[in-house]
Amino acid sequence: MKKIRRSMLFLPGANAAMLSTSFVYKPDSIMFDLEDAVSIKEKDSARLLVAQTLLLPVYREHGIETVVRINALNTPFGLKDLEAVVRAGVDVVRLPMTNSAEDIHELEAHVERIEKECGREVGSTKLMAAIESALGVVNAVSIAKASPRLIGIALAAFDYLVDMQTERGDGTELFYARCAVLHAARVAGIDAFDVVYSNVNDDEGFLKEVSLIKKLGYNGKSLINPRQIELLHNAYAPTAAEVENAQKVVEAAEEGERKGLGVISLNGKMIDAPIIARARKVIELAKYSGVRKEF
Amino acid sequence: MKIKKDAMAGTLESSDLLVKVSPNTGIEIVINSDVNKQFGDQIRTVVDQTLNDLNVTDGLIIIDDKGALDCAIKARVQCAVLRGAEEENLDWSKLL
Repeated sequence: MKKIRRSMLFLPGANAAMLSTSFVYKPDSIMFDLEDAVSIKEKDSARLLVAQTLLLPVYREHGIETVVRINALNTPFGLKDLEAVVRAGVDVVRLPMTNSAEDIHELEAHVERIEKECGREVGSTKLMAAIESALGVVNAVSIAKASPRLIGIALAAFDYLVDMQTERGDGTELFYARCAVLHAARVAGIDAFDVVYSNVNDDEGFLKEVSLIKKLGYNGKSLINPRQIELLHNAYAPTAAEVENAQKVVEAAEEGERKGLGVISLNGKMIDAPIIARARKVIELAKYSGVRKEF
Repeated sequence: MKIKKDAMAGTLESSDLLVKVSPNTGIEIVINSDVNKQFGDQIRTVVDQTLNDLNVTDGLIIIDDKGALDCAIKARVQCAVLRGAEEENLDWSKLL
């Protein structure tokens, strides 16, 4: 089954307590941050702490994907971060401020060299690009297609909105970027992650935003507070009615196949391949996450 | 690796530790821990192993532990030593 990535929880790389205990929140992916969440004078200590934490078996045992946001490669820290986390066995490296396919090519070349040096299987380190500028949004398709190692691209709002000379509002300000990044991900066949919702006390606003990005087609969202994980997972879980309908669709499709029918219908509606594929995904997701709870 | 100057790494927050290192003749390790009764021996083992891996034979190492896991102990000791040794070129095969 393809890895399901709805929630990507940000954790500050310098915080020992959070790093070693956050698996209990069960996000789909945990992202140790070595960039903005770490002060300049603690870059070295956070890098070591994250590297040692990656060696813990606990995240793998809980099926949680490990991601590290390294510093940009044009800083004094980026390459050192990469040396540490690739050797420590990180699942995914997240590159901030990705503006072009060349940024990914440069990252990929370094990763491959490190993999060879440390004896890690070449290609086993996956990559993720964070789009944080107008240029990155415009180049999103070429970025998303830049490497077979890419598992996803993420839109990051703060720097993007500064670049666009606007600010966070009702979502209008992110409309084009959300659509562009999502289309790029789909063209490349990789996952798309939406921006963080920073007001952790506003569940209603968070869920409204989750509803929007889910309808658009996003796989999930970057999160900054563990409280948001359950809300997000529940919002992405199919309803009992959706699961029931999906089961009927799959049963009708299987029966049609047995009878050798070319065209299948259910309750007077034609069922074609995309509908069957969608139904199978709903059933798969329900097995993984359960059905949606109504609060 | 030679500790050339006083240095420290870590914090006194819960689940973390503060490691201070100073130049010294011979190795001297002082461990203060909230969980010393249960885990004192284990902490000592991790510290000894980490110093050994870094080839530290001289230095005063003072540890204030607040219930950190082994991975945090190792990382903080490594960082304090590397800072004290003013070492920039890291040999990751010895650190991981």
